[in-house]
Amino acid sequence: MTDTKKTTRQVNVTSKTSVSVLFAGDSGDGMQLTGTQFANTVAVHGTELNTFPNFPSEIRAPAGTIAGVSGFQLQFSSKPVYTPGAKFDVMVAMNSAALKANLKDLHRGGIIIAGTEGFDEKNLKLAGYPEGANPLHDGSLDNYIVFPVPVLQLTREALKESGLSSKEIDRCKNMFVLGLLYWLYTLPLEGTMETLRAKFQKNVWMAEANIKAMKAGYFFGDETELFANLGRFDISPQKQHGTYRRVTGNEACAIALTAASKKAGLELFLGSYPITPATEILQTLAKKKKYGVKTFQAEDEIAGIVSSIGAAYGGALAATNTSGPGLALKTEALGLAVILEIPLVVINVQRGGPSTGLPTKPEQSDLFMALYGRHGEAPLPVIAARSPVDCFYTTYEAARIAVEHMTPVICLSDGYLALSSEPWKVESPDNLSDIKPRFQPAREAGDPPYLPYKRDDRQVRSWAIPGTRGLEHRIGGLEKQNETGNVSHDPENHALMTKLRAEKIERIADSIPLQAIDNGPAKGDLLVLGWGSSYGAIKTAVEQAIEQGLSVAHAHLRYIHPFPKNLAEILGNYKQILIPELNNGQLIHIIRDKFLIAPEGFTKVQGVPFNEMEILTKITDLLKELK
Amino acid sequence: MTDIDTTIKTLPVLTAKDFASDQEPKWCPGCGDHSVLQQLKQVLPELGVAPENIVFVSGIGCSSRLPYYLATYGVHGIHGRALPMATGLKIARPDLSVWVGTGDGDALSIGGNHFIHTLRRNPDLNVVLFNNEIYGLTKGQYSPTSKIGLRTVTSPSGVIDHPFNTAALTIGSGGSFFARAFDRDGKFLRTLLKRAAEHRGTSLVEIYQNCPIFNNAAFEAFATLDDRANNTINVEQDKPLVFGKNKNRGIMLDGFTPVVVDLDKDEFSTSDLWIHNEADINKASILARFADDDALPRPFGVFYAQERITYEDALALQIKDAQKNGSGTLEQLLKGENSYEIK
Repeated sequence: MTDTKKTTRQVNVTSKTSVSVLFAGDSGDGMQLTGTQFANTVAVHGTELNTFPNFPSEIRAPAGTIAGVSGFQLQFSSKPVYTPGAKFDVMVAMNSAALKANLKDLHRGGIIIAGTEGFDEKNLKLAGYPEGANPLHDGSLDNYIVFPVPVLQLTREALKESGLSSKEIDRCKNMFVLGLLYWLYTLPLEGTMETLRAKFQKNVWMAEANIKAMKAGYFFGDETELFANLGRFDISPQKQHGTYRRVTGNEACAIALTAASKKAGLELFLGSYPITPATEILQTLAKKKKYGVKTFQAEDEIAGIVSSIGAAYGGALAATNTSGPGLALKTEALGLAVILEIPLVVINVQRGGPSTGLPTKPEQSDLFMALYGRHGEAPLPVIAARSPVDCFYTTYEAARIAVEHMTPVICLSDGYLALSSEPWKVESPDNLSDIKPRFQPAREAGDPPYLPYKRDDRQVRSWAIPGTRGLEHRIGGLEKQNETGNVSHDPENHALMTKLRAEKIERIADSIPLQAIDNGPAKGDLLVLGWGSSYGAIKTAVEQAIEQGLSVAHAHLRYIHPFPKNLAEILGNYKQILIPELNNGQLIHIIRDKFLIAPEGFTKVQGVPFNEMEILTKITDLLKELK
Repeated sequence: MTDIDTTIKTLPVLTAKDFASDQEPKWCPGCGDHSVLQQLKQVLPELGVAPENIVFVSGIGCSSRLPYYLATYGVHGIHGRALPMATGLKIARPDLSVWVGTGDGDALSIGGNHFIHTLRRNPDLNVVLFNNEIYGLTKGQYSPTSKIGLRTVTSPSGVIDHPFNTAALTIGSGGSFFARAFDRDGKFLRTLLKRAAEHRGTSLVEIYQNCPIFNNAAFEAFATLDDRANNTINVEQDKPLVFGKNKNRGIMLDGFTPVVVDLDKDEFSTSDLWIHNEADINKASILARFADDDALPRPFGVFYAQERITYEDALALQIKDAQKNGSGTLEQLLKGENSYEIK
């Protein structure tokens, strides 16, 4: 291992609790890879971690422009972290556009490591700086600690004898930066070295060149005078012993579906169509053939869900994944799944809308569509994940509800959770709840006729799959007679079936946990009620508010339809309810509607997640008003 | 008596009656759908597949009511989406015999995208496409197979959309089996349905099906036995293309152009004629285009049948390969491949 504390010169190593870093550059600069490598190293080192990539929807937007800036933000810490950090402490800016696009989110007094070649006349012009202006020299960055580093020149020098083409050499510049950051945060190089050697197995010289560039960055930190005053930092690892893995929200969804299929003893089928930011779920599951997973990349969103309905009819654990525009296309088929009363998991990774909207940016604006976006009376359960790791538990729960209650379930994630990552302590199979499909057994001659829509005491019908002798029956999208399932246009029957389908969903409240208070007093001045990916920001803000002595609590909903049975009681225990949402106010409508109370809304529709500071400010303002 | 004899003895002999559900068909009197249902009920017992292993999937339209009238498993889905539903079912359950009942509107208009993609993927489905060249259930609007000039409630001045040629579309989409049948020729329809069932891959059977209410004239050129003899041709493997009441007319290929010849004249004999070959996609493509030329008889029968790997088999092979060193356990899944220890 690199002795990360030892240096050639006397440089102070300062202990810090937590640091937020942004790697930003042109989308061709390899910032996602650099960020991911840094995150892996930090994770294996044992610190707490939360990451968030931020990139344009174009694969290669014009180089050097603001539109082409790609960023990877992460916060690592000695104590639990729930967000990538409201603002960052350190920014790596590979060019002037990256600096310009992100400066507003850098803490005052924060560190800027600027790749000076990205600040030449051409780049400054592309970034839209006025003629002659250069932020590295004009004093506009006086409130920050700026380290101009000729990254490209130093990389070229380090690799001049590598035998690589100049284009290939230039592409290694991100590794130089990575090495420099490893030095700055006293982190080991070995993890990345292993990864590079594995990645370039067939191009050994390429692996070695990247490693050389990384080491050059590391030793540059060591040898230059530049960082003498700042010194180095150490964020000591605090994670509990155990086996961990780092997962993104999308990976966690895919693992959960596979785990649920194993636990339920069913085959997993995913019918899907690629759509940002949900595609990695399909990609991850396509690689899970070892677990018997069947993925089907359909011709469109409709075929994605309908093929899943076919598979569910055949007895598979069936799922489809999508994002807003795709969910819109799937709504008719969702109605079919509701009336067929078969299990189906729909994972909707929300993004900014309407229409194509902001494909790579998160929003929580599909809640209404999830709850109400079908013709006719077509209720179904809606649940939402709160963190990348929670995507596992929520998706697993969606599968449990779908199979045990014979219904389609919408599981909401969003673009933030989908691509963010955090360490996950590897779960034991024994800790996962059982999932018990209720298959209808074969019918023998002389048995009473099979009634497809006969229900148990939870109003759930049984799952009669083809191949089962004696259960041959016909069902479909037409309204059916109670119990027999035969087509029926009888008015009283339609009213009854509508009621039974709704009641079945309401009864799910009996099988879900009561709502818990995440943090804060059970009674008090203010309850911050959140759902989905705003968990981290709310959690951090409420922690800080409590530290300030404010009477604030935080509850975070996983189950949005049906609500946990004790929610009314909880809402009654606080003088005011605050509901932060990344939309124009959707949950607040539902809370008002269900509980006839007047909560305070706090909304943000900028395609970026909440940060803890905005929520903390809102909390303190609101409490001042209350007094 | 051997065990096998016992098994055979105890296997129930099924008849058409065993495949009739308890629901009374609600199609109009005289509708061609009754005939298709009748032929299916006769063919199904001959397939040697137990009723519980057969599923009929459908979309929306008159034809899509088919599953309700058969005593197999049945699922009536949404408009245009029968094919992806059947595909998902077949992938999940390759052991089942999966049939699709669909129409010209369901399969070729609202479900057009699914139609082409299903054919290229080639899951083992038997698709029975009832083509009546009209929308029946919504009461008489023109469909994607309606002829130019047809006056309907939505084309009062006559249809101006060029119609789809189902055969050409099937072959062009990479379909592995195409046959055309006629509702009034029950015996031939049964042969084709059986062939479709035996073909591994997506078997597309287009049935010219008369709608007596909204499009009674659609197939009048083939209505009487005489008309059928003179205006249609039933193609058979390795047989020359001969037609006419007196079997005195034939089809010859002049380059890529089919030509009708008179066999009563000395100039040509049957040995000069086009010999039908179901495996020849180029000839099948020419056959598919007969419908666009009024001078040529309308072909019926298996135009094209060439087996290639089905989608579900290809997927099963990939899964088998991925599991060659054992299938993954839940523990392995949860641990993942990049886990690390914090000590």
